[in-house]
Amino acid sequence: MSKCRVCREPAVIDLPRHNANFCGEHLQQLCRRQVEKAIADHDMLRPGDRVLVAVSGGKDSLALWDLLRELGYDADGLYIGLGIGTYSTESGEYARAFASDRGLKLHEIDLRDAHGYDVPTAARATRRVPCSACGLSKRHLFDTAARDGGYDAVATGHNLDDEAAVLLGNTLRWDVEYLARQYPVLPAGEGFPRKVKPLVRLTERETAAWCIVRRIDYQVEECPMAAGNRHLGYKATLNEMEARSPGAKATFYLSFLERMAPQLAEHRASEVAALSACAHCGAPTTGEVCAFCRLVEVASAHEPVPVELLARSGRR
Amino acid sequence: MRVLLRNPRRELQIDGARTVRNLLGELGLDRESHLVIRNGTLVPGDERLEDADTVEIRPVISGG
Repeated sequence: MSKCRVCREPAVIDLPRHNANFCGEHLQQLCRRQVEKAIADHDMLRPGDRVLVAVSGGKDSLALWDLLRELGYDADGLYIGLGIGTYSTESGEYARAFASDRGLKLHEIDLRDAHGYDVPTAARATRRVPCSACGLSKRHLFDTAARDGGYDAVATGHNLDDEAAVLLGNTLRWDVEYLARQYPVLPAGEGFPRKVKPLVRLTERETAAWCIVRRIDYQVEECPMAAGNRHLGYKATLNEMEARSPGAKATFYLSFLERMAPQLAEHRASEVAALSACAHCGAPTTGEVCAFCRLVEVASAHEPVPVELLARSGRR
Repeated sequence: MRVLLRNPRRELQIDGARTVRNLLGELGLDRESHLVIRNGTLVPGDERLEDADTVEIRPVISGG
């Protein structure tokens, strides 16, 4: 039976990238230290900051919220109802249960109630993949809620696997603009709150393990809109590499941050400087009207599309 | 042993003791993408699973 590297008690998890096994208590210690290091290395948060956590009801966002509270941050949650059938109904239940069990403040926005559309309808109306409309909606609404609520930063649950997969996609296309934007902290700008990703040093196996040892009930079911998307393909490729060479994902992403991202910093700064205010909502945009307002106009005018119809059509 | 799988949710009956690592390998599931839980407790790769056990194999990969 394998033993914890720290205390020699029975282990609950083996982490090949650390060449070690850990008991529940020391797995938590490892996770806390990795998050503290990410926050410190990238100057993500400071004591006293008010943080708005983007909460989906899945393992990463609930682990993030839990970890930030553990580390002493003043963190509230925001859940966005995306209208993806029973998947969304259930995800909201997990988010609410987590918050109420711990006496935490959870804000909620329902896309259809507040803006007259949902993700399946937006995907059909724009003839684009659902993840595109979903991501655009979430980014805009989290930014706006943080600004209006006086939060210093929006924290999202992007983990090492997420960031490594995005990096692989961006690198395969040598997409310099996207590579320049891929950084775990984006400073506040005019109309933008600071955005931070404190989980970038943890794999999703580790964030899931955090939830299990902390008895956090989260939504295990995968989003029906995301099944088979390109991002998952990149993750599978990276995990094949990881199996042969433990630590490969961390080396790929963390070396990018250390060696390549500094060279892209100037590119990142010039992009922010070129933004102006949306004529409708005032959000920062490169055009006259921001992408979110254009999405609302098209999607809210479209007849509601049930999630099952979109899933059958095969559009991801 | 009873083996619960997710996404989609299904159940298998597998006879004979074996390690977590061997169970995942036989089912064609990679270790980096899954955790194994026995009676609510995580178990590492070299843990021996017995016929009387109920285990959940939980995928950890998210597509968002």
